[in-house]
Amino acid sequence: MSTPLLEVENLSIALSQGGKSYKAVEDVSFAIAPGETLGLVGESGCGKSITALAVMGLLRHPLGLGGGRITLDGSDIHNLPPAKLRQLRGKRIAMIFQEPMTALNPLSTVGRQIAEMFVLHAGANWSEATDRAVDALRQVHVPSPERRVKDFPHQLSGGMRQRVMIAIALACSPDLLIADEPTTALDVTVQAEIVDLMQELCAAKGTAILMISHDLGLVANMCRRVAVMYAGRIVEQQAAAEIFERPQHPYTRGLIASLPRLGARVVHGRQRLQEISGVVPAITAFPAGCRFRPRCQRATDICQSNDPSPTPLPENGLVRCHHHG
Amino acid sequence: MKFRANLYIGGACFATAVIVGVLAPLIATHDPVFDANLMNAEIPPGWEYPFGTDAQGRDIYSRVVHGARISLTVGLVAQCINSIIGVSLGLTAGYWGGWWDDLVSGLTNLMLAIPSLIFALAIMAILGPGLVSLLIALGLTSWSYSCRLARAQVLSLKSQGYIQAAKILGYSDLRIMFTQLLPNILGPLIVIATLGAGGSILAEAALSFLGLGIRPPYPSWGSMLSDAREQITTAPWLSIFPGLAIFITVLGLNLLGDGLRDILDPQSRERTS
Amino acid sequence: MLAVLLRRLLNVIPTVGAVILLIFVLFSVIPGSFTSTGAEDGRMLDPQVMERMRKEMGLDDPILERFGRYVGHTLVGDLGKSFRTREPVTKLIADRLWPSFKLAMAAMGFAVLIGVPLGFIAALRPGGVVDSVSMIVAVSGLSLAQFWLGLMMMYLFGLLLGWLPSFGYGDGGPRYLILPGLALGVGPMALLARTTRAAVLDVLNADFVRTARSKGMAEARVVTWHVMRNALVLVITTIGLQFGSLMGTAVVVEKLFSWPGLGSLLVDSVFQRDIPAVQGCILVIVLFFLAINTLVDLAYAAIDPRIRYA
Repeated sequence: MSTPLLEVENLSIALSQGGKSYKAVEDVSFAIAPGETLGLVGESGCGKSITALAVMGLLRHPLGLGGGRITLDGSDIHNLPPAKLRQLRGKRIAMIFQEPMTALNPLSTVGRQIAEMFVLHAGANWSEATDRAVDALRQVHVPSPERRVKDFPHQLSGGMRQRVMIAIALACSPDLLIADEPTTALDVTVQAEIVDLMQELCAAKGTAILMISHDLGLVANMCRRVAVMYAGRIVEQQAAAEIFERPQHPYTRGLIASLPRLGARVVHGRQRLQEISGVVPAITAFPAGCRFRPRCQRATDICQSNDPSPTPLPENGLVRCHHHG
Repeated sequence: MKFRANLYIGGACFATAVIVGVLAPLIATHDPVFDANLMNAEIPPGWEYPFGTDAQGRDIYSRVVHGARISLTVGLVAQCINSIIGVSLGLTAGYWGGWWDDLVSGLTNLMLAIPSLIFALAIMAILGPGLVSLLIALGLTSWSYSCRLARAQVLSLKSQGYIQAAKILGYSDLRIMFTQLLPNILGPLIVIATLGAGGSILAEAALSFLGLGIRPPYPSWGSMLSDAREQITTAPWLSIFPGLAIFITVLGLNLLGDGLRDILDPQSRERTS
Repeated sequence: MLAVLLRRLLNVIPTVGAVILLIFVLFSVIPGSFTSTGAEDGRMLDPQVMERMRKEMGLDDPILERFGRYVGHTLVGDLGKSFRTREPVTKLIADRLWPSFKLAMAAMGFAVLIGVPLGFIAALRPGGVVDSVSMIVAVSGLSLAQFWLGLMMMYLFGLLLGWLPSFGYGDGGPRYLILPGLALGVGPMALLARTTRAAVLDVLNADFVRTARSKGMAEARVVTWHVMRNALVLVITTIGLQFGSLMGTAVVVEKLFSWPGLGSLLVDSVFQRDIPAVQGCILVIVLFFLAINTLVDLAYAAIDPRIRYA
């Protein structure tokens, strides 16, 4: 593996509530090489999104950094003065959010919201920036971009708005794009277009992607490596092909088993999709020992008494389970 | 859990006002109306008369204490009338829809277009001063807020499963409205009624101050202030205490309303006006 | 913009019609109202004078005819003649319009200039000192009888300290405007502080503010460009609605300070049983309120494209 672009080491995120502090995310480590695509998978509430916000330096009260290091090109992001950190944001690390409906300011034209990037990071004046916004919209395949720059967000469809978000995020050709469930709120037919667009543009600009999703199928298609998160921790990390062929953690197995497979019925006959029983525990009530234990079919006494430590797997992989394999 | 300061302070202020009102005959030291004695006129606050006396020598403390009865009665009863009108109209309009909804919405918009104190003043002008007129005037003029709120809440609940289920089970419309819908929208309505009661007390004080509400010699805080204005140069204490009484009571209701909102209606931090 | 104005006017016209009907019904149809003789306060009009007046006013004509005449006259701007001064009501009102307008604007100006920044600063540091103090001030401002505050200020600044004239219109200068303006403005100020705070807190949590931060925008710019304008929408709506309660309270405050405005005219006319003047005052107050809210809708549309293009 070449020198990583982004390296997250033992990250923990603290949630303060009612005078107490909880670890919403604990001991999370991963690395992304330049141009690489890493998938971060898990059910909602497992800490994916706040991990992304931590990388952006955008954690806000009641959430805060609880420990660990986040380094971009070898320099620690959180040791930077706020003004420097701000210059990283948008220029070197950009982010796309889940809800294209609400992620754009309803009172500004989309052109202005794209142009803002050039004003902030490229020292452009507003008229130059607006011209460049038209190009940016053209790059994300928005038809007649000259007219669309004058539109307000509510005049665009969800897919179009997500294209605008991509245009904003990639405006300054960042080194890393964090995409937090970018397709979840969209129609199925639009999802594939948005994913293709992201991949195409990022490949052209050499931008690495941290793809956050609850959809293991989508991530497996898009990413070279996949990290699976559960209850604030990474429970398994492997190459995408490997994780599908040989999932090590019972939770990963559960996620794969719950995926509907096209054509599976022809091969295997009618099969019931498997669900993982139970729900993700609340941050304030993580169980002792292994956090997946209450939902795990393989759980034994040791899972209750001992918290499993990460076991290394080939090619920088890891799994966090007493009974993996 | 979080210490709910506004709930406790508000509850304490309001409870004090209620207790004072209920126990007025016991804790008042003089008769509020008939104990006039010109020999004792305009005595400043002191041992004998803690809040002083007015131009007719009546004890201000006793008048303020008795005033609590009138102010609270007007405030609470008027708000009850408002709530009943508003909720019945809002509930039925939201549930039935159609021409009835159009009619109610039109009526609500009309009510919102006329400043409610002006409307109440017009009604008082026609009915003449007095307690019953006040209850009618204030009870008929600010139901639009509860109506709009009830209607909006019903519209959002109407499509939910349990309401549909009740319909399929053949429950009557009225039964659905009052046993299924009303309990689920009660929280925000209680909040708005609490805040509205404070508004009614302020409106009563304003109308009585103008001489259109409770008429002298009966002690309402507003009518006491009306008298006091004439003597502001010679006896300023006449103005201070009735105003403070209004302030404490309404502050109590407002804080109580805010506190209840945190508990009963957590989604909306401020559903002002 | 024009479409918004037209739509708004289409809504206003039926409301105005309904208000005219309501005013007519209240004062002309309900038995026992003004022109039936006497009142509890013992002020009886001479029966002969009454009779002559009823004739002159056409009060004995059939109700529909009277209503038709009332609407007809109102629509051409004729509000009738005052029972008391025999002058046209429009003239009485016209004389009072400017002082009332001045007072209302002074009060609302004070409310906006103090309330909005206070709520804004409070929201930027929720739970901080400014937040706690300003919210205590706000809930107190909403809880006091504004005319009582006026009375207290009148005593303190007018009589005790002698800094300001304690009542009256004087030359209409700013010195005379301060005390009634403050008394009238404190309620809207308190409510605006609370609404602004809530609106700003709401917007600060919005997704698009997170987007703005993720773009690498400085917090000050996020607040001035993205937060302020979005919060303004709610603030402007509140200002418009607050004019309603402000005009109600104005009646009491004008009376307290002997301010020669529409409110004083209304109260005096009520006591003098001068129906045309009462009707006229109420109609003008409602029209003014509707006009303000039409302006608010236009301002709203100017800020929010979702309304403009709806």
